Amino acid sequence: MLIATPQSKHFATPLDLQSGASIRDYSLSYETYGTLNAERSNAVLVCHALNASHHVAGVYEGQEKSAGWWDNMIGPGKPVDTDRFFVIGVNNLGSCFGSTGPMHENPDTGRPYGADFPVMTVEDWVAAQARLLDALGIDRLAAVMGGSLGGMQALSWSLQYPKRVGHAVVVASAPNLTAENIAFNEVARRAIVTDPDFHGGNFYAHDVIPKRGLRIARMIGHITYLSDDVMNEKFGRELRQGMDLKFTTQDIEFQIESYLRYQGDKFAEYFDANTYLLITRALDYFDPARSHDGNLSRALAAATAKFLLVSFTTDWRFSPKRSRELVKALLDNKRDVSYAEIDAPHGHDAFLLDDARYMGVVRSYFERISREVGAEQTGSSA
Amino acid sequence: MSDRMTWEAIAHLVPLGSRVLDLGCGDGAMLDYLQAQRGCSGYGIEIDDANVQACVKRGVNVIQLNLDEGLSMFADQSFDVVLQIDTLQHLRNAEVVLRETARVGRTGIVAFPNFAHWPNRVSVLAGRMPVTRRLPYQWYDTPNIRVGTHADLEVLAQRNQLQILDSFGIQNGRMIRWMPNLLASTSVLKFSR
Repeated sequence: MLIATPQSKHFATPLDLQSGASIRDYSLSYETYGTLNAERSNAVLVCHALNASHHVAGVYEGQEKSAGWWDNMIGPGKPVDTDRFFVIGVNNLGSCFGSTGPMHENPDTGRPYGADFPVMTVEDWVAAQARLLDALGIDRLAAVMGGSLGGMQALSWSLQYPKRVGHAVVVASAPNLTAENIAFNEVARRAIVTDPDFHGGNFYAHDVIPKRGLRIARMIGHITYLSDDVMNEKFGRELRQGMDLKFTTQDIEFQIESYLRYQGDKFAEYFDANTYLLITRALDYFDPARSHDGNLSRALAAATAKFLLVSFTTDWRFSPKRSRELVKALLDNKRDVSYAEIDAPHGHDAFLLDDARYMGVVRSYFERISREVGAEQTGSSA
Repeated sequence: MSDRMTWEAIAHLVPLGSRVLDLGCGDGAMLDYLQAQRGCSGYGIEIDDANVQACVKRGVNVIQLNLDEGLSMFADQSFDVVLQIDTLQHLRNAEVVLRETARVGRTGIVAFPNFAHWPNRVSVLAGRMPVTRRLPYQWYDTPNIRVGTHADLEVLAQRNQLQILDSFGIQNGRMIRWMPNLLASTSVLKFSR
């Protein structure tokens, strides 16, 4: 079993952000798996989405249930084989899992950043990740990969640092969010911001957590990550207790209600409210075509990486249509691109789940990368 | 699927260094060959999951699409050659895809089983649908939903105002120019808009 060890790197030099603000004295949490080869050609960066971290694969020593969020994809003998590749997971700025975030002390004030934490964009995160790679002595990535918001970062890597990226693997992602998608994010944000315990983002000082808002945010998010079919299959109209209706408007009646409340409660225990606002905003803002009059083909002209794109037919939050827009823009630029549209039932969540076709395509793609960069087997699968 | 001799004969119709779109590219063997032997580049279109994976594995660009939904993703005349090898007979919108082939490619090359090949004619005259090496299926389980002849393909191309650049048959890997509709199990049409 792969044992993961979280690490942290401090950066004293200020990082200039897209907003015009900057952040100084920050640190990034990260983990690495596998061995960097002598040519330094086998590095793979994994970017995370909303509710994840640098803990991508493996487990922590003595904690059997602490598997990384993409442990089914990454590890010894897995599709992204850590016996061949040196894989890096990094936690983004503004997150609540280790890297500098709104709950940490603002060096300018000596108090937690709270609502003053600078607004982050996908481009800012990528710039911060690039600094980490510099510190690790990695000039060029064999591949950068991610799903959903992580896919946006992988795409952005290919635009911001085209020479540093061999391949970009973009799963269940999009060139920007649709109005409906921004709308879901806004409902979630309003739930948090209007929670009386939010205190304008400075709830740390009041020693409270806007749990009600976080719960609702998670509930609505969760609904959009699943498909109608999967929800019906999993819960249908099943009642939580017995066969008889209780005729109550406020108690839990249906299993789906119980499930959503459970997910909401769990989330509110560990996720930071300001982080939720920051990350959903980064999602909203991402739009590489914006600086090219909305022309995605022109926006992607800068990318020289080879691409693998994957989408899932039942994913209505990041639908196949959006991935096809990316494919088309890459085709217009005559870039190397492969695209798999997996007929999986699980909606957006499918990108985190096991599906033989999905895993098979990614495995085959990384076998190809491995041949290209000469990523020989370096470790043992033991 | 066509045998190796057939597709190698077709591969030699593709000019060196062409940008190629291969509609219904299967496991990517043709594109792999064109890339390795003829300095070509391009993409395959494929609907089948296992074939998509096979293409990815061999380093052939593949895009998973249902051809019956059209080629709107591809710009006009954006490829030197668009191939449709043993694909046409599986398409519901065969005519539309033929037109799209000519729109997207400066040259289109279609190859498909010629139902008028003489052994097939003999079989039908004897009252039975043919089952041959080229058409190995029984009538009730064939994936070939379009059954046509070399002559039919030419007529369809003309009906769509396509310019026929070349037209011949292939039998045992050899080009058949004399009476291809009778003597060739594979029909080949090279055309442009």
